[in-house]
Amino acid sequence: MIWETVVLALRAIRRNVLRSFLTILGIVIGVAAVITMVTLGDGATEQVRADISSLGSNMLQIRPGQGFRGPGGVRIAAERFKIADVHAIEREIYGLEAVAPISDQAAQAIYGNRNWATSVMGSTNDYLAVRDWQLSEGRVFTEGELHSGRAVCILGSTVVRELFGDQDPLGAFIRLDRLSCQVVGVLASKGQSSFGQDQDDMVLVPLKTLQRRIMGSTDVEAVMVSASDGVSTQAVREDIERLMRERRKIAPDKDDDFHVRDMQEIVSTLTSTTRVLTALLGAVAAVSLLVGGIGIMNIMLVSVTERTREIGTRLAIGALEREVLMQFLIEAVVLSSLGGVFGIILGLSAAALGAHLLMVPFVLNPGIIAVAFLFSATVGVVFGFFPARQAARMDPIEALRHE
Amino acid sequence: MSAMTIESAGQALISLKDITKVYGSGTAAVHALRGVDLKIEAGEFVAVMGPSGSGKSTCMNILGCLDTPTSGTYRFKGMDVGSLSRDGRALLRRNYFGFVFQGFNLLSRTSALENVELPLIYRGVPAGRRHERARDALRAVGLEGWEYHTPAELSGGQQQRVAIARAMVIEPEVLMADEPTGNLDSTRGREIMELLRSFNAERGVTVVMVTHDAGMAHYAQRTVRFLDGLIDSEEMNRKGAAS
Ligand SMILES: Nc1ncnc2c1ncn2[C@@H]1O[C@H](COP(=O)(O)OP(=O)(O)OP(=O)(O)O)[C@@H](O)[C@H]1O
Ligand SMILES: [Mg+2]
Repeated sequence: MIWETVVLALRAIRRNVLRSFLTILGIVIGVAAVITMVTLGDGATEQVRADISSLGSNMLQIRPGQGFRGPGGVRIAAERFKIADVHAIEREIYGLEAVAPISDQAAQAIYGNRNWATSVMGSTNDYLAVRDWQLSEGRVFTEGELHSGRAVCILGSTVVRELFGDQDPLGAFIRLDRLSCQVVGVLASKGQSSFGQDQDDMVLVPLKTLQRRIMGSTDVEAVMVSASDGVSTQAVREDIERLMRERRKIAPDKDDDFHVRDMQEIVSTLTSTTRVLTALLGAVAAVSLLVGGIGIMNIMLVSVTERTREIGTRLAIGALEREVLMQFLIEAVVLSSLGGVFGIILGLSAAALGAHLLMVPFVLNPGIIAVAFLFSATVGVVFGFFPARQAARMDPIEALRHE
Repeated sequence: MSAMTIESAGQALISLKDITKVYGSGTAAVHALRGVDLKIEAGEFVAVMGPSGSGKSTCMNILGCLDTPTSGTYRFKGMDVGSLSRDGRALLRRNYFGFVFQGFNLLSRTSALENVELPLIYRGVPAGRRHERARDALRAVGLEGWEYHTPAELSGGQQQRVAIARAMVIEPEVLMADEPTGNLDSTRGREIMELLRSFNAERGVTVVMVTHDAGMAHYAQRTVRFLDGLIDSEEMNRKGAAS
């Protein structure tokens, strides 16, 4: 009998192609909208997260001055770090993978008749470890080079492209402002950061080389550290803050004159921002799902006259109330599910296309697919079923007379 | 239940006792039936006549268990129909009655064959057997070749015959037809009448038929006349008078 009822329901759907199509359409559009929006939103969130973690997600940066005010922000003048501060961190902070002092300066890189304005970063091999950065060619600095501040450099891929084109840069001598410097390695390309910066546009030299031969000072601009796996960046941060307050002799009632920036924190701030955006998009899409639901309700209600007479006929020739109800329930479920399935297909296709066009990753969110599907099914079933129940409870003759 | 079975022995197939039907209430109340007593024996062919609004359709609907009387007792095979549940009455309709409505009530956008199959579906007849029986029923009413036409593509008389086929396909004990020839010219009307008479004569189906046409009423063995919600007169016809 269940199978017969399914057959009856399918026949009813086939009989009312236009009505069925319109019913499905409402659900398709609603489901597709929600899935597209949320998938793209998730993709954007993922993109931001990936961008930031390419900076090194368990990385902390310690700078003199108060707070991170962003480019162009005001930084209160504070005592600079020296290499001794870096050694103190290395020595006294537990759970660090790598500690890299950094300083950088804008410089003109020259090779032959080519000329490129870039940034020269002075640090140690630890810089590569902190930023989880590989070499594509050549080698890292030797202990001797680091110690004595030799004129050697590792080039970012953008600099290689601008100065050398297709030529092999290894062993060549380039000039950084007035310093002649031998290329010992090339960095793998990292691409743009989430802030739109070309991370490959830089030249890495030993810190001492930058300090002595380019900047002419022993200052260390900042210290980058990376916490070992499983070590809380929060704990590391607190340890560093305590150490630095001690070393800089800051009275307990005074604010820090340095700042520890936790990448993890930035990651969560930024991703929570994009999550809010996703939720917003999702809400807009949910409205369209709701409108789709109302559309279904309309179609179901409009057709109720015809359906009531149909129900009257079925009851008159001996159908039981529950058989009629089961038929309408199955019909509503089949229609809604069809709509849901088409909606999911359309939504995922649109999301895949959108992700491609916006160049964000395509992130499948099974939760939202389930929610959209369940919602549409519920709407379809509720609005398909209740008018039918109303009719199936009438006396056959009453249902047949229904205008 | 056993008392009922004993009681049913030697009783009329259908018996109405003091049946009333009131539509609406208060000053707007319409007394469609005002105390109808009627007995119909198994195998009878009864014509119901009377002026418009006299309560013929109302009475037929009660007979066919499509509607419930306001008061009075309806016994079918000795069973008190008034004491049955909704489902009980539905099963009675499913298993014993074929009903031809005044307005056909075919499912629109549904082929003649599927319309005729419908009662068989609810009876749980398997698909193959169902098609066969529906085709046979359509052939019996002269609609061979029209199986896949929808009601909109059929003439009034053809729709009427689909409705008759649908009522007859379950081989009911009782066939109730409310003005089965109302929409037909007299030639077509006589064809339908011959059909009903053959069901009655050859298959022993009890037929109750409403008609306005005295010529059609002559196919029946008995004519019951309604007037203002009451049975005004009953008369026996000479058998085969119309042919
Ligand atoms: N659903 C209803 N609500 C209110 N009044 C009704 C209803 N059905 C029938 N009536 C009234 O009951 C009376 C009997 O109606 P019924 O349909 O039985 O007449 P009828 O003899 O079949 O007439 P006709 O020959 O025109 O078909 C009429 O006065 C009609 O107006
Ligand atoms: Mg009538």
